[in-house]
Amino acid sequence: MNTLEQDLEKLVYERPDTLVETTTHYCPGCTHGVAHRLIAEVIEEMGLRDRTIGVASVGCSVFAYNYFDFDFVQAPHGRAPAMATGVKRTLPDRVVLTYQGDGDLASIGMGEIVHAAARGENITVVFLNNANYGMTGGQMAPTTLPGQKTSTSPSGRDVETAGFPIRASEMLSTLDGSSYVVRRSLHDPKSIRLAKKALRTAFEVQIRGLGFSMVELLSICPTNWGMTPVDSLHWLESNMLPYYPVGDYKINPIVAEIKI
Amino acid sequence: MARELLKGNVAIAEAAIRAGLTSYFGYPITPQTELLEYLSARMPEEGRAFVQAESELGAINMVYGAACTGARVMTSSSSPGISLMLEGLSYIAGTEVPMVLVDVMRGGPGLGNIAPAQSDYNQIVHGGGHGDYHVIALAPANVQEAIDMTVLAFDLAEKYRSIAVVLIDGSLGQMMEPAELPPFKPLATQFPEWAVRGAEGGRERRFLSSIYLSPPEEEKANLRMLRRWKDVEANEIRYKEYFMEDAKYVVTGFGSSGRVALSAVRAARAEGIPVGLLRPITVSPFPYKVYEELSKKVDGMLVVEMNTGQMLEDVLKAAQGRTPVEFYGRVGGIVPLPDEILTEIHRLVEEKPAVGGHPRDRWMDRMIKMN
Repeated sequence: MNTLEQDLEKLVYERPDTLVETTTHYCPGCTHGVAHRLIAEVIEEMGLRDRTIGVASVGCSVFAYNYFDFDFVQAPHGRAPAMATGVKRTLPDRVVLTYQGDGDLASIGMGEIVHAAARGENITVVFLNNANYGMTGGQMAPTTLPGQKTSTSPSGRDVETAGFPIRASEMLSTLDGSSYVVRRSLHDPKSIRLAKKALRTAFEVQIRGLGFSMVELLSICPTNWGMTPVDSLHWLESNMLPYYPVGDYKINPIVAEIKI
Repeated sequence: MARELLKGNVAIAEAAIRAGLTSYFGYPITPQTELLEYLSARMPEEGRAFVQAESELGAINMVYGAACTGARVMTSSSSPGISLMLEGLSYIAGTEVPMVLVDVMRGGPGLGNIAPAQSDYNQIVHGGGHGDYHVIALAPANVQEAIDMTVLAFDLAEKYRSIAVVLIDGSLGQMMEPAELPPFKPLATQFPEWAVRGAEGGRERRFLSSIYLSPPEEEKANLRMLRRWKDVEANEIRYKEYFMEDAKYVVTGFGSSGRVALSAVRAARAEGIPVGLLRPITVSPFPYKVYEELSKKVDGMLVVEMNTGQMLEDVLKAAQGRTPVEFYGRVGGIVPLPDEILTEIHRLVEEKPAVGGHPRDRWMDRMIKMN
């Protein structure tokens, strides 16, 4: 083996141990895989594997517990923040995260998420927003954009009859219990790096007992959007970003001092 | 420990603490609110978890999460609140994690009223949430039993990885009686092998869920739960008998109905009528066999309930037409008086009703004439 071959075989990027080596049920091109990986990397880098408990939700991420190598429970539709509250209050020294989609969090689970945030529940919420219900086949979600076609808004979301999209991060940021609420996107490498940094901060917030933390991740759903993954990324960039601007919506002053 | 004057709801709350309650989640609703109020002060005092949830949906799912850690957890509510909790109860049953639920029943359906009723017998005993599952349901009739059965509920829930319900009505929740509290049990330090508490020491990950996407796996889970339920049926049937040795007639009712009926039975005995009382303690599992055996030897049964005849159907199922069964109920939040039940005992003894027809129809005819 010459030097060149040795250099070629140098492993520079591998699966984090906290991510189970298995095939996922996610569609090709879906950003759930990216989000999973980011969480797994952060849990691993922070050495939290042995004391983290995840709460899966209902939607495409219902099987999230199959992919992470740490303890998990699985909540009824929308109830993950309540279930996480039960876990966290019983085991306050554990790190508890929920992984929820936009239908789960911003529609059926709106009561649970608002009150978890209002209580300043010391949990971390990872909120995947792909502007539709993925698991059931692309129906209109509370996050579906005006004019966006879905299987239940076949002519495009008509705000006159179906109302307006909900900006969950902006809304939750108004609550005093929220300590860290930010929106990031998964549409390009730079955004993905920023998303990871936000997740890291969110877990730091929880470990320091600073209260409710949530990272909203703008995501794509190529299958239900009826686009290729690349076109989906472009669609996100040109349609979702203007409506759902990435940004820091709530930063507890103490959080601002955390250096990642 | 000395007997002290205790209100039903408060007695249950303190009994739960002494039984090792680690986490409580609840929401205000009359007539159970004292449970929530009492625990809001006592749980923090003991350094344990208390959360007043945003709704019954929130409360039951907090219980769900806490139950997954293997700790002793409880919530309490009353009829309309229990309806909201049924989603969570089905998930908890499907995940096979233990919990204790206190249901302080009130008049219904709908918003109903806040007076005592037993109209949620079917909701608790015969289902409620979706899917094939059973809950253990204990029906105390006085404050002392409410205390003892709260402690028992935690033990049974844990033993069978089941939901255990303490099923009372508003009158028992609000009633004050002398009763003795149990000694303090230490909080658990060992947890079951299924408990999700973080994969400490690098152990293999665990997960708890009620989802079995593959139908054969779901069938297996259903059968596992059923087998466990068969064990409950075989080992945990409980009931109380009064004046039954030579009884030719039997009055039966659970909880407050059974308690009021006992006064009527005593009065009837004073008149020389050979009548006894059978009061089921476990309404789920229901003591079918006990009723079946009784139906072979007695001359008639009278079922008394604060509903339109829900447990009645279980008694009829067990009696199989072998003996006449009559029914007397008061509904909408009305508690029957001993005199009313005594009149029904007289009717049962004197009129010797036929086995045929439905006791509810005969009762309705009498009620319509009354109203």
